[in-house]
Amino acid sequence: MQNHRVVVTGLGVCSPNGVGVPAFKKALEQGKSGIRFYSELEKLKFSCQIGGMPLISEAVKSKYFTPLQLRNFNAAGILYGVAAGVEAWQDAGLAIDEERCDFDSGTIFGVGTLGVDKYRESIYKVDEGNTRRLGSTSVQQTMSSGVSAYLGGMLGLGNLVTTNSSACTTGTEAIFMAYERIKAGKATHMLAGSTSDGGPYVWCGFDALRILPSKYNDKPAEASRPMDANASGFVPGCGAGALVLETLESAQKRGATIYAEILGGHSNSGGQRQEGSMTAPNPIAVKRCIAEAVTDSGIVASQIDVINGHLTATAKDDLEIQNWSEALGRSGVDFPYINSLKGMTGHCLAASGSIECVASVLELKHQFLFPNINLQNLHPEIKKVIDISRIPTQKTDLKFNILAKASFGFGDVNCCLIFSKI
Amino acid sequence: MSQDIYPKLKEIIKPYLPEDVNPDAISPESHLVTDLNINSTHLVDIVLDVEDAFDITIEDDELDKMETVNASISLIEQKLAMR
Repeated sequence: MQNHRVVVTGLGVCSPNGVGVPAFKKALEQGKSGIRFYSELEKLKFSCQIGGMPLISEAVKSKYFTPLQLRNFNAAGILYGVAAGVEAWQDAGLAIDEERCDFDSGTIFGVGTLGVDKYRESIYKVDEGNTRRLGSTSVQQTMSSGVSAYLGGMLGLGNLVTTNSSACTTGTEAIFMAYERIKAGKATHMLAGSTSDGGPYVWCGFDALRILPSKYNDKPAEASRPMDANASGFVPGCGAGALVLETLESAQKRGATIYAEILGGHSNSGGQRQEGSMTAPNPIAVKRCIAEAVTDSGIVASQIDVINGHLTATAKDDLEIQNWSEALGRSGVDFPYINSLKGMTGHCLAASGSIECVASVLELKHQFLFPNINLQNLHPEIKKVIDISRIPTQKTDLKFNILAKASFGFGDVNCCLIFSKI
Repeated sequence: MSQDIYPKLKEIIKPYLPEDVNPDAISPESHLVTDLNINSTHLVDIVLDVEDAFDITIEDDELDKMETVNASISLIEQKLAMR
């Protein structure tokens, strides 16, 4: 049987610099930072006291949840995921049947750490010998698949309803897996995305690793500096991004707005061999992942116009650029345009891939590049590989067709997707 | 006594009603699950709210004594009398 073509027909986002697609798009165009100082982190003696968290109003909460669902609710990741997921579903113009489930529609919605604040609340009660006082919803708020479970019920999904987890690759991987499912004819619509909790109990481990910037507590908006010579670590973030994927045939039949087509992709792992480890990528695998994604998409490397990088603002940014350059066989002025959303949002961990894919699809649809904010002095090792003109620091209108997006995560895992204008 | 308990209990039950069940449907004879369509997992939450509101403790093996509004009132009365 012939493979189905897969298109993006809905977007939703809950980002530190904008909640909801219209606000997020505006933030992208303006290069708006979502990084703020948190006194709670100061009180807890974190060395990095800044982060990126979506600002969710009570109005947004009550738009997506019933008062009953909000009783004893304390799982930010589910809140972000539901807000982004339902927004994407509605944006796609897909109906919600209150009576019957839809066997043609499913979700793969990834998480890193979920329901941490609810878990903390529970742990205190458990340690006091008060387990019976947890209430009825502590399981659904703390299980990894909590977010896909909430979304599945709200949307009446009857196809695959699951959660994936692969650290900072999670979001991109969720979209890739949903793409494959639709391509293979196993589903017509898939809600693909990811979410991440934030705050001290999620970010603590990274602070302990000393990989977060500590010198920007008084100037949070300047802290996240992907590709900059003065990059001093990633700023922790959180949030959620969501895309509705469906067959081209279904989208055309419904007369849906088509944002972009997914031409193909690839996911792999470096096996924590060669230079790879739990926390560092094996460059051979990274390059292979990118090259396989290009092949899978039926394009050649020279057709890639724009790269949305992983580029977290750690000491690994120059290695990533080197990997892209070698994988595509392109360098200097021949290198594609490249940007990193993390300058504005920080690193939203498991949510980063999906939020960045939403940004990428908006760039394709509206034919612009968002600026790399905080890039003042290009890292010298990066300058040796690609020309500075390839890294826009202002919003740039650009007619282009193909964008490559990759995410890399702890555990030495990689995923790369190729999006095309349609 | 039960005159005081009933309105208080009604207020506790209200938020757990499904959206399509009107609060006016609550009567002393109502069975929480079969008549009012309350999701049975929420009985656990109703017990916690009752404990807080009346400052009593309901044991796990007494959950089946709270199936209807009337039965719940009797159990609460009994607990209050024991205090």
